[in-house]
Amino acid sequence: MDIGKRLGLEYGPPTRNAFGEALLELGRENHDIVVVDGDVGNSTRTQSFGDAFPERFFNVGIAESNLVGTASGLAASGKLALAASFACFLFCNAYDQIRMSVAFPRLNVKLVGSHSGISVGEDGPSQMAIEDIALSTSLPNFTVLVPADAPSTRAATRAMFAHEGPVYLRTGRPKVPIIYPDGVDFQIGKANQLRDGRDVTLIACGLMVAAALEAAHDLSQEGIEARVLDMHTVKPLDEEAIELAARETGCIVTAEEHLVQQGLGGAVAQAVVARYPVPMRFVGVPDVYAESGKPQQLLEKYGLMPADITKAARDALARKEAQHAGSLS
Amino acid sequence: MMAENGNRPRRSLDELRQTSWRLSRQIMKMTTDAGSGHPSSSLSAIDTLTALYFGGIMRYHPERPQWPDRDRFILSKGHGVPALYAVMAEAGYFDPQRLMTLRELNSPLEGHPNMRALPGLEASTGSLGQGLSIGLGHALAARLDGRDYRVYVMLGDGEADEGQVWEATMAASKFDVDNLTAILDYNQYQQTGPVAEVMPSLPPFADKWRVFGWHVLEIDGHDLQAILEAFEEVRQVRDRPQMIVAHTLKGKGLSPFEDNDVNRMHGETLDEEQLEVALSELDARYGYVAGVK
Ligand SMILES: Cc1ncc(C[n+]2csc(CCOP(=O)(O)OP(=O)(O)O)c2C)c(N)n1
Ligand SMILES: [Mg+2]
Repeated sequence: MDIGKRLGLEYGPPTRNAFGEALLELGRENHDIVVVDGDVGNSTRTQSFGDAFPERFFNVGIAESNLVGTASGLAASGKLALAASFACFLFCNAYDQIRMSVAFPRLNVKLVGSHSGISVGEDGPSQMAIEDIALSTSLPNFTVLVPADAPSTRAATRAMFAHEGPVYLRTGRPKVPIIYPDGVDFQIGKANQLRDGRDVTLIACGLMVAAALEAAHDLSQEGIEARVLDMHTVKPLDEEAIELAARETGCIVTAEEHLVQQGLGGAVAQAVVARYPVPMRFVGVPDVYAESGKPQQLLEKYGLMPADITKAARDALARKEAQHAGSLS
Repeated sequence: MMAENGNRPRRSLDELRQTSWRLSRQIMKMTTDAGSGHPSSSLSAIDTLTALYFGGIMRYHPERPQWPDRDRFILSKGHGVPALYAVMAEAGYFDPQRLMTLRELNSPLEGHPNMRALPGLEASTGSLGQGLSIGLGHALAARLDGRDYRVYVMLGDGEADEGQVWEATMAASKFDVDNLTAILDYNQYQQTGPVAEVMPSLPPFADKWRVFGWHVLEIDGHDLQAILEAFEEVRQVRDRPQMIVAHTLKGKGLSPFEDNDVNRMHGETLDEEQLEVALSELDARYGYVAGVK
């Protein structure tokens, strides 16, 4: 992958690794934390917690429904329960359990799904979660976190445990560019403005934050100044930041490593239309399942590169200018 | 010439041994070349697949993959698909040259089976637990359509952790589908450890399927003669589904895999050095020399 490299961003550990490290640290501090995993601890990176605290680690085998149900019971009896698997198996295999045993009773269960998006690469579509943001944000009472890099994932893991109620934390498989300094703060529900601009706003989450930063850099070479928001909390959305972006920049592009029609973009659009309608464009996985390939090749083929964001930004900007011209004439 | 009834020439035991040797080599080479994949999970399955496709057990037309009367094979443990690709290339579903495009962009040989990408694949799998239910559906459709095709489903032993496997087990028994045969690739390991440690009450398997009303056999899953006999036996069974518990070695006993006590290199490919070792061990065991036969 080369996203962010032209900006000089360095690649750090995968977000799943950062989560695993933070989990281990938190496990030392808080003995109420218990982890349930489904025979994939070496993939989700809960394994180091399991090795350090075997009595607080439950590998229930390849059985995602039971995984979520068990976490629910642990939480109902006062434990800080975390359930982890590949994001696709967690959400697609155990959705009813997530709905009935976690969301509806509003239990303090933390779900962590790894292998999100198409940057999973060679393993192919069966292992790629591209529906999980839609599924998780659809559930009442849920908080949904999609951090962009290793430092913010460590902070998000902490924030997740500090938060009372169901949370979904989405992590990824490959190494990703580092955007934040170590020790960065993570405030649930509060977008981070990484760059200011008045022509267009780029709102992104996860790996697409680095892509948006690169796109903003390229746009500024053309004289277009883009604001960049890291919308790491997809639910609840920071509607204030979205409204301000709409008012101050007049058009918005969203970018996410998820199906384009039901994730971050759809949620932002709803807020924009309700609060301050402006032209929008959407970058995300089109309405198809991807395929096997190298992460970089897939991001290119399915339109998730910085160049796709710059193109969307130019489109949105042209639309905004056409509307202004129309209203003047 | 192809028989219109889809019966395939039955290779001799010697030929089957040689086929299995050749395909085992291909599995290791193509996964090492791809740099990712599940060679050990594929190697434990290759003898069963070789017997099914080349031992005169399954009937199929590679040039007519949708032929309605074909027998169906469903690889429920989809990550073992390099074994199936090797077998399908050998059977003539596609040019064996394509094996080296495994997991590449635009190749139909995806990391896990995609039935819409490669004709001859009967199901899109890779999320464990689903294949037996799909097989049951095919078996019921045969009955409705008055067709006499058979359905074979291969499951992983760790995969049997999934509740859906047991849901399908009960339903298949209820509907008395005698055209459904499951093979359990009992290679003793799953992703994070031995099956007996990850889920201690799961093995032994045979009695569990027996109490659900299945006809159950246990065999050495690397003994081609035993595999062929098992497939002959299940064909004679009436009014109940059949389970063949195939005792196998994850990595076929080759030392680079055997050296790993955690999971027999689950989901890891051999590096060039390990590949050399594994290939020469395999050649020595079979007594064949690559390139000669
Ligand atoms: C529903 C689901 N959960 C988790 C996984 C991840 N996974 C892939 S292979 C595997 C282990 C499978 O073990 P087993 O069935 O014994 O197959 P083997 O590789 O030993 O043949 C796991 C947990 C998956 N593919 N699907
Ligand atoms: Mg196994």
